[in-house]
Amino acid sequence: MSDARRYDAIVVGAGHNGLVNACYLARAGLNTLLLEQRHLVGGATITEELVPGFHFTTFSYAISLMRPEIVQDLGLVKHGMMVLPLVNTFQPGLDGEYLLLGPDSDENYHEIARHSPADAEAARDLDHIIARLVRALKPWMDRIPPNSRSDDPAEIAALAELKGWYDELDPEVRTMFEKFRTRSAAEILDEYFENELVKSLYASSGIIGSRCSVRDRESGLVWLFHKLGEYDGEPGHWGFHKGGNGGFTQVLARAFESFGGTIRLNSGVARVRYEDGRTQGVELADGTVIESELVVSALDPRQTFLRLVDPDDMPEDLIGHVRDFKFQGTAAKVNFALSDVPTFPGLEGREDIFTGFTNLGPSIDYLMEAWADCEEGRVSRRPFLDCCVQSTLDPDMAPAGKHVMSCFVMYAPYHLAEGNWETERDRLGDIVQETIEEFFPGFGELVLHREIVTPHDIETLIGLSEGNIFAGELFEDQLFLNRPAPGWNQYRTPIEGYYQCGSGTHPGGCVSGGPGWLAAQQILGDRQA
Amino acid sequence: MPLTTPFHPRVQARNEAGLWKHWAGYLVAPQYQHSLSAEYYAIRNSVSLLDTTPLFKYRVSGPDAARFLGRVLARDIAGCPVGRAQYTCWCDERGFVLQDGVVMQVDDGTYWLTAAEPALRYFRVMAREMGAHVEIEDVSRAFGILALQGPHAHRVIRQLTESATPLRYFGATSAMIESRRVMVSRTGYTGDLGYELWIRSEDACVVWDALMRAGRGHNIVPIGTTALKMARIEAGLLLMGADFHSARFAWVDEQRETPLELGWSWMFSKLDQDGRDFVGRSAIESELRNRTSRWTTVGLAVDWHDYERVYSEAGVVPPRHEVYAESTMSVYRRGSTEWDYAGYASSFTTSSLLRTPLAIAKLPLDLAEPGSEVDLEVTVVRRPQNVLACVTRMPFYNPARKTAAMGEEAGDE
Repeated sequence: MSDARRYDAIVVGAGHNGLVNACYLARAGLNTLLLEQRHLVGGATITEELVPGFHFTTFSYAISLMRPEIVQDLGLVKHGMMVLPLVNTFQPGLDGEYLLLGPDSDENYHEIARHSPADAEAARDLDHIIARLVRALKPWMDRIPPNSRSDDPAEIAALAELKGWYDELDPEVRTMFEKFRTRSAAEILDEYFENELVKSLYASSGIIGSRCSVRDRESGLVWLFHKLGEYDGEPGHWGFHKGGNGGFTQVLARAFESFGGTIRLNSGVARVRYEDGRTQGVELADGTVIESELVVSALDPRQTFLRLVDPDDMPEDLIGHVRDFKFQGTAAKVNFALSDVPTFPGLEGREDIFTGFTNLGPSIDYLMEAWADCEEGRVSRRPFLDCCVQSTLDPDMAPAGKHVMSCFVMYAPYHLAEGNWETERDRLGDIVQETIEEFFPGFGELVLHREIVTPHDIETLIGLSEGNIFAGELFEDQLFLNRPAPGWNQYRTPIEGYYQCGSGTHPGGCVSGGPGWLAAQQILGDRQA
Repeated sequence: MPLTTPFHPRVQARNEAGLWKHWAGYLVAPQYQHSLSAEYYAIRNSVSLLDTTPLFKYRVSGPDAARFLGRVLARDIAGCPVGRAQYTCWCDERGFVLQDGVVMQVDDGTYWLTAAEPALRYFRVMAREMGAHVEIEDVSRAFGILALQGPHAHRVIRQLTESATPLRYFGATSAMIESRRVMVSRTGYTGDLGYELWIRSEDACVVWDALMRAGRGHNIVPIGTTALKMARIEAGLLLMGADFHSARFAWVDEQRETPLELGWSWMFSKLDQDGRDFVGRSAIESELRNRTSRWTTVGLAVDWHDYERVYSEAGVVPPRHEVYAESTMSVYRRGSTEWDYAGYASSFTTSSLLRTPLAIAKLPLDLAEPGSEVDLEVTVVRRPQNVLACVTRMPFYNPARKTAAMGEEAGDE
């Protein structure tokens, strides 16, 4: 079998990076085919109506790192892009205490000052230095990183530019950057804060999706990473896309089709075809062959280098790095359909407390206890939960008066010490429900339906190895110059015409579109050369 | 919800305009009446009462309090004995201003300090670093502050306490009003005769009522923050957030300013004689020695005729009624080159009393001498126009009563 058409470019995987990449290629005039193994586009960025009227953000659930340049370049607004700002952040304690932060910095000062005036003041300092650092890092988020293994004068110049940039950083900003690179979230926070609610609110960003504790040095950089986005230019702020994050990939799909691109669903790719180091096309799982001299993998590095091509055809050094690339997923999702918003004792009837992230993880000790279970190869008995009741902002997510609640769960290790993810599935759901119940008594009575997404599901449903939500850990040795491997961090592969554009390339995970965009820059540049 | 001040029941009852603003997370009235001018003239003609509670308030005490403040504050704290208040500022090591505020020594070794932004943690960190035995408390919520300002201020307060009468300008004393202990200082942000009262929160409404009663025969008027700000430009007093910003939250040095650039060189007039070791000293010394100030802060009096002309030529009446702005207005060098950018104005008001539009501006040193002429850009029917403005020593308005002794004769009705 073979597809009669011949394409200028084939993009494998219609996650948001595949979509962004395909958009740029199609916009440049390439006859582009986007292949997706599932029945819908979006990869980990989808919304599904699992119960009539209830729209679940099955996997990713909020947006911040999306590169603003992409929105402009691709004209996404005219295709329906609409990101709603998160209004409040709610951090409940187990003792009736809580932090409810909103859009006004003076109000937030007084809210934190209820717990500690010194912390309220420190939060301003910390937020400001992070904002300055994020601004300084932005140019490097938005360009193809230098190649540390190249003799090309342009690459040597780029590395010199990187060094020059670092040397010229404002000393305060550089010091903070070094802290994030070398210290744990908890250690940095100890310098700023005394109150546990405040500390843990900040610290939880340091473990999202990562196999580390808030006391491991990796958590510094993971925290910083989650601050690299913006909302309307406000550094570190997040939003919900209209219709859930799947609404966003639908926008990208419309943009892609407007550029003349073709989407083919239910078309998993078995392998990339190449000969004499040149790309020839792909072979689908059903044996269909589609020809193209340009194939872009939006899958993660393990799939890109170990499955779609024969690793024996790849340089040993690259394959060694890919085999060592840490995935080790530790996150799960439990999503609920609710008959009403949960009730926090003392704040009865306050739906507005849910118009943003609700963080269940009120102390560093709580987060460390959750980690202790993970280290033992168990689901945390009292997990950290990042909850979003998106329907409090977007009425189209659930029937009137009813709600959907997305709960991101840390930790749920991919590799379990005992049992397997089929036997542990319901236990995960129960643990999450019991944990929410502790903070919001009566929660269980509101549950109409629940969807449990294990790390194993993340791997088997959407192909993210070991269920790592970032397509590989966001640890320093797997970022920037090393993502996914030194020398192979510029979206090219050893096969001419075969490229990579997934979150396993720079700038990495979250719904940023950066990898898809920068890969397209590289591809289109190579075609002109 | 924003916080409310302890005077809120009174403020709310009197807020006829129904306008509210946020100030440091508190609900405050920008004006009470529909006529801003009526509030403004209370400051210059009778007596005004202003709730300035949202300021952050700190209490510094302990054996090393003076040593600590001598290190942290840029102005010499030795000039602030018991019973005195002092306008001061504090800087970072690079000599950039972090904040300004008023400090007073209320008791031997006990100081009270106001600040526009939180500074508790900053002070505590500094105290720890210098090993000072000092206690720093945030007493912001424990006290409300009222400013009683205007030519009749003394005649009002003397009905309630005799303690205020001997106060010299920037003097401070404890006093009893309606059997409630208050701290009275002869300070204010209007450049007029006036007092500020620190009142325990639980006593707030009792003291407010007493002042309003005593002021009845003197046309006392509660005023909001806008009238205050109009008066403070006339008084040549800078506002953080408008005329300068805290170096703490700046992104680039262009947004940071030194005390010398803010026109506060008078705070350092004895620097060569004192051996004070305060934060930012070496940077300020170097700036003084090498004359490296990038600009200084000056008053601009806009030429009345030229202001009139640009609007008249456009066929409209010049806006002079109740104009107050904190937007940046460009200032240009006058000469053969058109639009030769020199600096900017950070605050602007059309002073009703002085019949002159006034601005606070940043200008390079060669243009900063009183009498220098520059062009100030105003927007006239949507187009930029330059009007002549003259560098003027501030304060623009400085009545003798501001600093005069209040004896029987001065206070007599």
